[in-house]
Formats: sequence, structure tokens, C-alpha cells
Amino acid sequence: MYDNLWLIPLFPFVGFLINGLLGKKIRNEKIIGAIATLAIFSSFVVSCHYFMQLLDDPQKIHQVVVAKWITAGPLHVNWEFLLDPLSGLMILNVSGLATLITLYSIGYMHGEEGYARFFSYMNLFAFAMLMLVLGGNALVLFVGWEGVGLCSYLLIGYYYEKKSASDAGKKAFVVNRVGDFGFLLGLFTLFWSLGQKGVWTINFVEIAENVHLLENGGLVVTVVTLCFFLGATGKSAQIPLYTWLPDAMEGPTPVSALIHAATMVTAGVYMIARMNGLFAMAPDTMMTIAIVGAATALFAATIGLAQNDIKRVLAYSTVSQLGYMFLAMGVGAFTAGIFHLLTHAFFKACLFLGSGSVIHGMHHAFHHAHLNDDPQDMRNMGGLRKKMPITFITFLCSTLAISGIPFFSGFFSKDEILWWSFASTRGHWILWAVGAFAALLTAFYMFRLVFMTFFGEQKTAAAAKDHIPESPFVITFPLMVLATLATFGGLLGVPHALGKLFGHMPNILEEFLAPVFEHTQHLHEIHAHGSASTEYMFMSISVAIAVVGIGIAWVMYCKNPELPGRFVAAFPKLHRAVFNKWYIDEFYDAMVVNPTKKLGTVLWQIFDARFVDGLVNGVAKVVRGSGRVLRYTQTGYTHNYALSMAVGVVVIIAICVIN
Amino acid sequence: MITLTHYMVLSALLFTLGTIGVLTRKNAIVVFMCVELMLNAVNLTFIALSSHLGNMDGQIFVFFIMTVAAAEAAVGLALMIAFFRNRESIDVEDFSLLKW
Repeated sequence: MYDNLWLIPLFPFVGFLINGLLGKKIRNEKIIGAIATLAIFSSFVVSCHYFMQLLDDPQKIHQVVVAKWITAGPLHVNWEFLLDPLSGLMILNVSGLATLITLYSIGYMHGEEGYARFFSYMNLFAFAMLMLVLGGNALVLFVGWEGVGLCSYLLIGYYYEKKSASDAGKKAFVVNRVGDFGFLLGLFTLFWSLGQKGVWTINFVEIAENVHLLENGGLVVTVVTLCFFLGATGKSAQIPLYTWLPDAMEGPTPVSALIHAATMVTAGVYMIARMNGLFAMAPDTMMTIAIVGAATALFAATIGLAQNDIKRVLAYSTVSQLGYMFLAMGVGAFTAGIFHLLTHAFFKACLFLGSGSVIHGMHHAFHHAHLNDDPQDMRNMGGLRKKMPITFITFLCSTLAISGIPFFSGFFSKDEILWWSFASTRGHWILWAVGAFAALLTAFYMFRLVFMTFFGEQKTAAAAKDHIPESPFVITFPLMVLATLATFGGLLGVPHALGKLFGHMPNILEEFLAPVFEHTQHLHEIHAHGSASTEYMFMSISVAIAVVGIGIAWVMYCKNPELPGRFVAAFPKLHRAVFNKWYIDEFYDAMVVNPTKKLGTVLWQIFDARFVDGLVNGVAKVVRGSGRVLRYTQTGYTHNYALSMAVGVVVIIAICVIN
Repeated sequence: MITLTHYMVLSALLFTLGTIGVLTRKNAIVVFMCVELMLNAVNLTFIALSSHLGNMDGQIFVFFIMTVAAAEAAVGLALMIAFFRNRESIDVEDFSLLKW
């Protein structure tokens, strides 16, 4: 029934091979783009097919084994896939968004040197991400995990001739690697601990069935889950391993949209959801996750307030929203976390693609006017809503969603997270307060972006002012689809408290994901306790916060545009700290990067050049020295040689006689 | 009575004389003669023991040694002639190019 699940990752892999190996020969941009889009679209079609099949299937958990992989002692690993409601949603999310963004890239990347290379990498990424979400055991997931890290490196460093881009690619990969180390440690510890209890497995279904063998809340589960969480912080850009994501904006905008907004960065959240049984057994870790998530949400939001590059603001916004997802996971609101993952994918991808559309238009105008101004700097924008109406409307819809305005999608998902952070048996009001404040900042900086870009007077240089075009259909079509999803996607997860008011609307998502999460939540008594009226109160507070944030942004950037300047002048040190990302990169450089470089230099100059080379040269010296001494035996006189022969014979005879 | 011991001692003496000659003499031809002396001493040993043990093998082996000695003498003398043509001398101390 589900035997051909392997087709889902296969199609983009084939697309990768074709474009990768033959791309240079094909040369026709339309064909290359079509191959890539068709590959991932086929994957989407198959995903839809299996998803529909799963909807009607009473049995929701299906495993498909494709081939044996590792058999070593007690370790038996197969190439296997797991289709359940969670992975079903994820394959739709990944393949659907990848299709839209690949389509968008056909127009966006027009004229680029490595056109085929871009599309082959995008397909490779889709392959790896699909392997990650469909993986039936931790190693297949890890193959995808590493694969998306690789593609992230390849695509961030797409403009590899630009030093900042290749540096950003390296940074992303290395920081990710630190996280991957944590993931592997967690995996090995888990495998070993379960093995000690007699169950040697890394298959997710078997892990879920057997976690109860480990001590609830004990050291082992805490260590395992913390190590896995370290992996998640690397992949999903949380404190302390988030520094790569803002730099990752060096990559082309479709890359930022697909990888760093909608898919790869959600891998950490997905992993926690996948192993929710394990995580629920370690309340300490969950609290850590919630704290880190909330802290990251607030921290990144503060940095986003002061950035001028449109993509940087969105990058910090992504880090911040991922913080919300981890906050949700940490307080046990698994469904809410996945819900926010989905809505975030919709509106963040739309925001990134929209910003790409704006940058595309600005670039076109500057090119036309032979200017070198930065097309990504918001201080060069303004008033673009008249020039790019479709981009404006879609962007506005997504911004309303991220700010949490009812009844856009972001309102439902973010609100559920905030409610759970307060009301969950594993929640705390401080977590709610931090999350709420971050929501205020989110609404503020997102609308700051909208007002600076689309409203007010046009600050673009005069020569370029009137030449900013709306983007072609191939770019605006994905924007429209995503904006629609961002607007109406929230209806998937209407909370019961609201659904009651509108004629018993069910929480579709919660029911759908119940087979994945319900058991854990039931077992560990994780639920949001509070009356409906309390919930309404919190909802109203969330809305009020969003409106206040938008209001402040309107006052500062529309009504009194000189206010930001006065604010910066009044608090110069604070502004500088926030603008410079709280100097975290410099801190890491001093604490980690430079000492490592120094260690490398020491190892090179002292250990390798002196010690190892010394050893090798020393051997040669010994040989030469002994040669220098021994050559005096070569006198050239036959008599001497004959004498030594005679002496030798005598010695041998003596030895034989004595023995 | 002339016993085996006499033969063995004579043979040993001849061998030693030959060895000393090889190690000491300057003239290459004399060195060759001493080598022949050593070979013949060994021949004597073989004959004596063969007679003493009543086994023909020793005497057969003597034939081998004599053949080898003859061939070796021919080759060695040809070598000497080649050396002399090069260096106008057959003093072994002059053949020392392969030194350090």
C-alpha cells in the first residue's frame, strides 16, 4: 500500500543528477528549470497521494523497509521510511514549498552563471530533507540531516567567488557540525542505554515503544535528550549555535526562503517531535529547551529591531520564530510547535520570496541607472506599494500573519504556543512573559520593515526611482499561493475555545497529529489546564500586544519619521550593541575561533614542522651518520676483505664447536 | 705408523699456510698459488677421510674440487692479465679503487 514511498526522495535525486551532470551541456535555462521543478513537483504529487491514503487509513503508522544497510553484531539498521501523520505533513510541506520556490527561482536566477548548479543543489537539498522527514530510524534521519547541512553550505556559498559568501558557507557548515556532534553523542548514548536493557535499535517506532525501559527523569534520558537538543540548536539556529543563520543571507534569496525559513531549520523541531516520547521523559531537558527557545525568541527579536538590510531582519525573525517552536516543544505543546512550523513555513517563505521580489526590482532599477547602491538596504526603499502592488499585498498578508493578527495563520499558532507556555503542566508564566514581549517586538520590527519598504516617501536615488518594476508572474505566482496559505492556513488548527464560538469547528491538526503525540501527552500528563475564559483573556492580550507593536511602528516610521533618529541619538550605546548583534560573533571569535586557529598554527609549526618532520629527518640523519662511520671499512684492499672473511669463518666454527 | 691424525694435521697446516699467504702476500699470482694450496689441503682431507671411512664419496668430491680449481686458475690468470694491461702492476695493494 505504501510500498513506493521511496519515490518521494528519488525524484529530486534524479533531478539533481540530471542537472548536476548534464547541466552545463543543456544550457537552456527553461529546460533546466523545468527539469528541477518537475522533479520536485512529482515528489509533491506522490506525497499528496500517500497523504490522502493516510487520511482514510485507520492505521496511521506505516513503516516501509527498502533494503538492509548495516548488520554489525547487535546493530541492525535498514534503509527504511516511516509514514505517519507527522511525516505526512512534513513531506507535503517540504515538497510543496520546494516546488513553489524552485518555480520562483526560474525567474529569480535568470542570467546567473551557475544556473544549472543552483537547481541541481536545490534538488539535492529536497532529496536530503525528504530523507530526513521520512527516515524510519535515526541513521536515515541523520543522512538527511547531514545532507541538508551540505546543501546549505553549497547554496550559501553559491556565489563562491565572493569572500563573504564562501566564509558564510563555511561558518554555516562548521557551526552545524558542532551540533551534529551533539546529535551523534545523543544517538550513541541512546543506542547503548537501550541496548543495556536488551533492546538494540535505533528505529523510531521501536524507540518509542521501549523508552519506558529507561529511568524516567534519570541522568541517562537527560543526557541523551540534551545531546539531541544540542544538535537541534545547531540545525535550527538557537542559542548558542544560531550565528550562522544571519550570515547565510549571503546566499540567493530562494535559498534563504527554502532552506533557512521553511525547511532545513525546522529539522531540529521535527526531530524533537519525532522523539517526543523520549523527550517527555526528561522534564529537565524540556525546561531547558523551553528556556532556550524563549530566550532565543527574545534575543533575536531585539537584534532584528535595528537592522537595515531587509534579509537580515527576516533572518533574525526566523531565529526568533524558531525559538517559539522550541518553546512549544519544551512545554509539551508538540502539536502547537508543528502548527507554528507549518504556518511559519508559509508566511516566512512568502516574506523571503517577497523580499526577493523587492530586491529583484531594486536591483533592476539600480542596474538601469548604473548605480552601486545596495538593493537590500531598506533605507534605499520606501513607497514601493504603488510600484509593486502584488508583492505588497502578499507581503502584508504574511506580515499580519507573523504579527499574530486574527484570523491570519500566525495568530492561531503563536497564540497556542503562548497559551501553552503559560498553562501547560510543564510551562511557566515567565516563559509566557518572555514570549509575549518577543511577540510585541516581532510585530514592531516586521511592520517597521513594511513601513520602511512599502510606505512613506521613496528614498531611492532619483535616477532609479521610476524604474522599479513589479516582478514577473513566475515570481508573483508563488507569492500569491503562499500568501493565501499564510492567511487561511490557520484554520487547520483552530483551538477549541474559539471553535466553540463558531459552531464547533474542530482542531483538525490536533486530531490528525493525535496518534503521534497523544500517547506521550497522556502518559506524562502534559496538557494545558485553564478555563476557556482564561484562554480568551490571553488571546486578547496577544492581539493587544500585536496591535500595540504595529502602532508603535506606525508612529515611528509613518507618522513621525524623525523619531527613530532621536531614539538612536538618545541611546547610542544600546543601539550600537543591538545593531552589532550584541557582539556575539566577536565573542565567539575570541573564545573559540581564534584559539582554534592558534592551536592549528601551533600544531603546524611546532608539532608537524619540528616534531614529526624532525622524526622523519632524524631517521635519515641516523642512517647518514652511521654510513659516515661505517664507510671506513670499505678500504678497497682485497687483503682486508679476505681477512674479514677468515675471521668470520673462525668465529662461526668457534660458535659451532662451543655449542 | 702414519695414522689419520697425521694426514689431518698436515692438511690443516697446509690450509693455514695457504690462508696466511692469501692474507699477506703482495703478488697476485702468489695469492692465487696460495688459494690452490688451500684447495689441495682440502683435497688431502677428503682423501684421507675417504680412505679411513672406506667411502668412495670423498674421492669423487676431490675430482670436483680439482676441476673447479683448474677452471678457477684459468679465469683468475685471465683476470690478472686484464689487470696488468690496465695498471702495469699485479700488486694487490694497487687494486683499491673501490675505497671510501
